[in-house]
Amino acid sequence: MATPKVKPVIRLLTCGSVDDGKSTLIGRLLVETDSIPHDTVATARSVRRGGSTIAAGEIDFSLLTDGLEAEREQGITIDVAYRSMTLLNGSRLIIADAPGHEQYTRNMAVAASRSDVALVLLDAARGVRPQTLRHLTICALMGVSRVAIVINKLDMFDYSKEKFAEISAQIAPAVARLNLNEHAIIPVSALVGDNVVFKGENMNWYTGPTLLEYIQNQDLAEDSMTSPHFGIQYISRVDTFRGLAGTLVNGKFNVGDEVVILPSKKRATISKMVTFDGELVTAGHEQTLNIVLEPEVDAARGDVLHLASNAKQPADRFTANIVWLGESDLIHSRSYILISGSTSTPAIVTTIKHKVNIESGEHDSARTLKMNEIGTIEIATDSPIALSNYSDSRETGNFILVDRATLNTVGAGMVVHALRRSENVTEQAYEIDAEKRAAQKGQVGKVLWFTGLSGSGKSTIANEVAKELYALGRHVYVLDGDNLRLGLNKDLGFAKEDRAENVRRVSEVAKLMMDAGLIVIVALVSPFRVDRDQARELFAKGKFIEVWVNTPAELCAQRDPKGLYKKAAAGDLPNMTGIGQEYEAPLSAEVKLDGTLELKVNTEIILEIAK
Amino acid sequence: MQSSPQILKALENESIEILRETAAGFAKPVMLYSIGKDSSVLLHLARKAFYPAPIPFPLLHIDTTWKFKEMISFRDEIAAKYGLDLIVHTNQDGVKEGVTPFTRGISEYTRIMKTVGLRQALDKYGFDAAIGGSRRDEEKSRAKERIFSVREAGHRWNPREQRPELWRTYNTRLRPDQSMRVFPISDWTELDVWNYISLNEIPINPLYFAKERPVVWRGDQMLMVDDERFPLINGEVPENRLIRFRTLGCYPLTAAVESTATTISEVLEEVSEVKLSERATRLIDGDKEDSMEKKKTEGYF
Repeated sequence: MATPKVKPVIRLLTCGSVDDGKSTLIGRLLVETDSIPHDTVATARSVRRGGSTIAAGEIDFSLLTDGLEAEREQGITIDVAYRSMTLLNGSRLIIADAPGHEQYTRNMAVAASRSDVALVLLDAARGVRPQTLRHLTICALMGVSRVAIVINKLDMFDYSKEKFAEISAQIAPAVARLNLNEHAIIPVSALVGDNVVFKGENMNWYTGPTLLEYIQNQDLAEDSMTSPHFGIQYISRVDTFRGLAGTLVNGKFNVGDEVVILPSKKRATISKMVTFDGELVTAGHEQTLNIVLEPEVDAARGDVLHLASNAKQPADRFTANIVWLGESDLIHSRSYILISGSTSTPAIVTTIKHKVNIESGEHDSARTLKMNEIGTIEIATDSPIALSNYSDSRETGNFILVDRATLNTVGAGMVVHALRRSENVTEQAYEIDAEKRAAQKGQVGKVLWFTGLSGSGKSTIANEVAKELYALGRHVYVLDGDNLRLGLNKDLGFAKEDRAENVRRVSEVAKLMMDAGLIVIVALVSPFRVDRDQARELFAKGKFIEVWVNTPAELCAQRDPKGLYKKAAAGDLPNMTGIGQEYEAPLSAEVKLDGTLELKVNTEIILEIAK
Repeated sequence: MQSSPQILKALENESIEILRETAAGFAKPVMLYSIGKDSSVLLHLARKAFYPAPIPFPLLHIDTTWKFKEMISFRDEIAAKYGLDLIVHTNQDGVKEGVTPFTRGISEYTRIMKTVGLRQALDKYGFDAAIGGSRRDEEKSRAKERIFSVREAGHRWNPREQRPELWRTYNTRLRPDQSMRVFPISDWTELDVWNYISLNEIPINPLYFAKERPVVWRGDQMLMVDDERFPLINGEVPENRLIRFRTLGCYPLTAAVESTATTISEVLEEVSEVKLSERATRLIDGDKEDSMEKKKTEGYF
């Protein structure tokens, strides 16, 4: 993010732990800039809530911002309140006042997602608290440009410079590790008013900006403006007119530009840019318009237009940071609806890499994320999608996850990077292709994917088939789960997410070998359906043959060739498939082998398909 | 204070994006048309959003039968001028029961004729999304509401469980018992609305401009006697005063302000100076501190 520029509308987030004085601070900011109707101020002078210690006739600033009945009753803020004011330079400031309670952190994330500047409040009496760190973490994660750490209630400490220095030192380690875009630490008294709008007389030792001065500084980090992105929201049709309606962001389009439609990769030229106020020759950032293409190639809501000269390669796997918002925990390998702009696609969280310990900043291993937790995940989408890295563009690098049953928004995602077909990787087309290489060997490349319980006979059958194929002069390779765990996959364990990664790696290796012209036999427990389905999606139809070696669990345990069932019975292998972990039998495997039959019978069946 | 053209352009682009998302994301959206200045802006934005195609959803007016006469004539003129698909709905049960602003308390009248009327119309036509012209600067509970605001069964708003709304990535999905209220001009202020009307020369109701009109006083509020149904007290005679309206609603519930502003620029000047919240001229909101939130949880806009 670079290219500072003046924005006509600036969004300000105010947050911090409960009772750190946010509402009072915003109230004062609004009243002292004359941004609040006078009758509303009068109400705040006359109305008092239970337990209020504010003198009669004084303004209870907090009453100006707490909107909901429940909030006034409980004296807390539940949801974000939005207020508008005009800055001295004429820009609009939209204040999003976020709640401080931990249970409403997700509402704080709502406010942070669009904010340019944040005020994170700290009560000088209480110092740095978990919510302070949580809010700073979210500000950093969500790319808020400028963050003011506001040390409030210094009036209670005789406006002491030492107190300010003490708390500044407390917050310093967190600031150092969080990688905030830009920050300042500002001493204030929201109650008395020092350093909010006016400097006041009480802290002459402070020479930095007041809060209002800090907010008015327009040096905002912006999305990169060199990759124009136009998401199609709606197709506008009347008579023979067919316009693609949407908002252009992150750059310019000109009439005559060649564009590519993603994900179909069809190309066309912009012949017209139509708006109510007339046709445009050039359209810029945030412009809403209708684009008419020549030729009028097929394009639908959710598709994206990029310049052909600077098109992003859509990807279907991403590493992303995520704030979990759902009441129910994030479930690894469950299908959610991923939405970004007007684009949506089913998506599966394939890996939870870690969750962030907001107090220490350390990465803890995690099997799930609970509401208000922050983590890093890998996510796979059903169809490829043109997402940017969030660090390049907040507008085109974000997504939300929607629960399929409740249809609630349960996750807020920020792309770290695409995992495959990333924009730096362009698929090279070689003249010697898989078919030619296989033909040279006088065979047809394919992958036979053996799945089944440990001890079901996968490796034994695979070995037998390989021997027979070799004798027939075929070029064959067996990818055996255990053997691979000695090398390529020796970093992986047996937890669900490790198994998903195991399958992913093996499927990619199998694909390379098939590409080299080989017949590949994979012998892998691969207990989870979603993982096997993901492997299948890598291959063209007919190239991936799922073979279920179906052997009763009791027989497998009896055979126990590696002594694993014994260990599991002793409690030493918690993730043993069929014992501590479920085996999800294939629903539509191409081949189902009865593992109780003689080896010769099963070998014959496979040989027929493989050769 | 002027809202700069840059601010208005930014607000306009955001609103247009929301309107398009609504048209694309719902099976049967509708736009509430209340004839006031905010509705006039909303209508203009909708015409822009879908241009050159016509607005792809109907407009709905909930007629309580107590609107100013000039509101109804203006409504019909605008509908004809722009070829709008306008639905007018009145809660006929309320009319039959003789519910008027004078026979029931203001809250009860509003609930029956506006809230219930609206719910009836939404259910009758099966609208799954209703677009409204509410702004966050109008009132405290509005300041908390999402742009895409989910309503549960019975059109109820649950302010404690609002769906998270991040970036400009909107979740328009609904369960069968839910519906959506959409507020494309959430981020606009009253001044933005006036500046935008001025900049774009949007036709607005003549009641917004000062003219001699017959009024009576009720407490410290001035009400216009728009027809013979207004109950005068003991031979009271309405006096003609130079007045205009800051907001429009049911005439017995909408207080006038004394004014000489007869042009948009004069209105703008006046609004910039007045430091009273605009809803102060609405009688319905003053009856209890939290009344707007209560009405909204019942399905009011």
